[in-house]
Amino acid sequence: MNTTFKRASLAALMVAALFFGRPAAAALNIFACEPEWGALAKELAGDKGNVYVATSALQDPHRIEARPSLIARARSADLLVCTGAELEIGWLPLVQQQSANPAIQNGRPGHFEAARQVVLAEVPQRLDRSQGDVHAAGNPHVHLDPRNVAKVAAALAERMAELDRKEAAHYRARANDFLERWSKASVRWEKQSASLKGVRVVVYHRDLTYLVSWLGMREAGSLEPKPGLPPTTGHLSELLARLGREPAKAIVRSAYTDPRPGEWLAERARIPLVALPYTVGGSEKAKDLFGLFDDTLARLSAIVK
Amino acid sequence: MYKVCTAFAVLCAMAAPLPALAQDAELSGLREEVKTLQKSYEERMRSLEKRLAEAEARAREPQAAPVAPAASVSAPAARASESAFNPAISLIMQGTYARTSQDPNNFVIQGFVPSGGEVGPPKRSFGLGESELNLSASIDPYFRGVAIFALTPENEVEVEEAYFQTLALPRGFTLKGGRFLSGIGYQNEIHQHAWDFQDAPLPYKAFLGGRYTQDGVQLRWVAPTPVFLELGGEIGSGQSFPGSDRNKNGAGSWALFAHAGGDIDESYAWRAGLSYLRTSARNRSYDDLDALGNPVANSFDGKARVWILDGVLKWAPNGDSRRMNVKLQGEYFRARQDGTLTYDDTAQAAPQFGATFTDAFRAAQSGWYAQAAWQFMPRWRVGYRYDALRYGDVDIGIVANGLGPTAADFPLLGRHNPTRNTAMLDFSFSEFSRFRLQLAADKSRAGVTDNQVILQYIHSLGAHGAHRF
Repeated sequence: MNTTFKRASLAALMVAALFFGRPAAAALNIFACEPEWGALAKELAGDKGNVYVATSALQDPHRIEARPSLIARARSADLLVCTGAELEIGWLPLVQQQSANPAIQNGRPGHFEAARQVVLAEVPQRLDRSQGDVHAAGNPHVHLDPRNVAKVAAALAERMAELDRKEAAHYRARANDFLERWSKASVRWEKQSASLKGVRVVVYHRDLTYLVSWLGMREAGSLEPKPGLPPTTGHLSELLARLGREPAKAIVRSAYTDPRPGEWLAERARIPLVALPYTVGGSEKAKDLFGLFDDTLARLSAIVK
Repeated sequence: MYKVCTAFAVLCAMAAPLPALAQDAELSGLREEVKTLQKSYEERMRSLEKRLAEAEARAREPQAAPVAPAASVSAPAARASESAFNPAISLIMQGTYARTSQDPNNFVIQGFVPSGGEVGPPKRSFGLGESELNLSASIDPYFRGVAIFALTPENEVEVEEAYFQTLALPRGFTLKGGRFLSGIGYQNEIHQHAWDFQDAPLPYKAFLGGRYTQDGVQLRWVAPTPVFLELGGEIGSGQSFPGSDRNKNGAGSWALFAHAGGDIDESYAWRAGLSYLRTSARNRSYDDLDALGNPVANSFDGKARVWILDGVLKWAPNGDSRRMNVKLQGEYFRARQDGTLTYDDTAQAAPQFGATFTDAFRAAQSGWYAQAAWQFMPRWRVGYRYDALRYGDVDIGIVANGLGPTAADFPLLGRHNPTRNTAMLDFSFSEFSRFRLQLAADKSRAGVTDNQVILQYIHSLGAHGAHRF
């Protein structure tokens, strides 16, 4: 009964869509691959954009499947805002193909890659899978450096203006406003984090590299033996021995990673395990990009207090 | 307050070890950098606005014109070499070690017309599986090409798929042409190395010869709805089972399918589908033994129709499938064959009848399977599958008319409802390598159970594969 009704309403929707085309609201349909770019797109587009965020802060953007819901959303998107640099290589190409939406194919203005707007760190010298799941273009987790966010924001606003020329001034004005606020906040963060310089931390995955280098902190090792491979007891024991020789202040992990390996090591190395939101939505306070950095720095500062 | 902070920062920087000094410059440079960026952005904005106004004044240019990424701040330099245009290449290597209580060479699915496909268990002892070479790339802005070659352990090359696919059709349409795995059912489009078990479910083996491949064209349409809805149709030569090569003009097979899917919440995602395949066969032959145990050639002429209902439900806590996830999958098949069956024992030295008989043949049969795969911790999965086939109604006119061969002359079509229980455990070192242990109790043959133990490896080299739903 219920399913019949659903089918009937679906069919009605389909017919309506066939005849009336896109809904009348002249807003950009934005498909953001990750929450950070979703938040940025909302900042820049305001009420001129419908933003759909494909992944949550509790998901690993690398390990997503091309689910039917993603294909359906990509079908009517005007703009994909993704990280690129192979972060979404396991699912985005499939979503692009199966959505049958020419506007968001590679090379089209509707396909925006944040990683193309910044200089990537850790470009592998040896491109070989024996090194784990390495990305040829470099480390794709670029958004935890506010300078990168600013560069991406400027480029993204231009892309929105290009796609929606009538509202170009709107996107540019919002970008200017955002960059103004962002630059003020960056100065605040810079001051707040001064005490973190030189602090050694153990990371889980190489997803905090840009944050660590922006703050002048140092990585004392990673829980994953190689990028993308889950932590093993052998590797953790080795890391524990290394921490005995060269101590670190804390273990930091992103919200989406498994807490258990970090807990194991934290207990034995007697250092705190700090969970960082990693992206928008990764903690209660990380409601937007500003909240993300505020909360991240608050949590990190607690290590050195 | 500000002064205190700055003083504190400077103090910290001084107290910090040497490398921090370099970063100190960077720190104070940050403000400048963001400022500069903002300033340059404003300037660029003005110049762009000016250019835009000029451009708009010149002509009403459609916005579809491909625009260079004007906004890219520091796009990485493209590789300038011929190899930069090479397609993405990946190679899948597979192998098995099998132990079976019955001879795999005698494998039959009792009660069902043999498909002629490779549907039996792997050969005993060590065996190399098919190696799959996968090439794909964009052809131009309008098409994408995919070719998948299977290198069989018998040193043959098979073209599994070789198709082009449109990239630029408007309104959610995609056209595919060439040889491709048909969109019917759920598992049909998934390549063998991505299956949760080493072999195909029984209904696929019995009704589609393992899987259905089209040589033809396919048109798909994705609806512009928030819930995934996809409709598709195919026409093709219909040369694969249950059809056969007919040497006739026009399409020998057509298929229709509808898929719907979505997320129930963050943790659950589903897809369901309904498919219909209609194909015709001419002289589709299979070998059987007569009542005396001598070989006979039978052949079928007529129409075959298959209905498939499929459903998949996946669960992962908060949609994060790395630690734990469950996948439930099931499909129900109904298959009909209507036409004539020809019995021919004239090739024998001492034939029972020494003649050919042709009369009506009708079979209405069904089958289903349900399986679950549970990743209970990173890298490890266990799975269970149950498959069952229903013999249904099979009317052999030659037997019914009583003029010659009897039911005993069609032993392969003797009544039997095959079932199978399969369990598996697999371990993945990384996304690119997997080892699997599979145990099965297979009652495809009448009256005997084939107990199978299969060890399998699947390794993938080269380009990163897709995470299909």
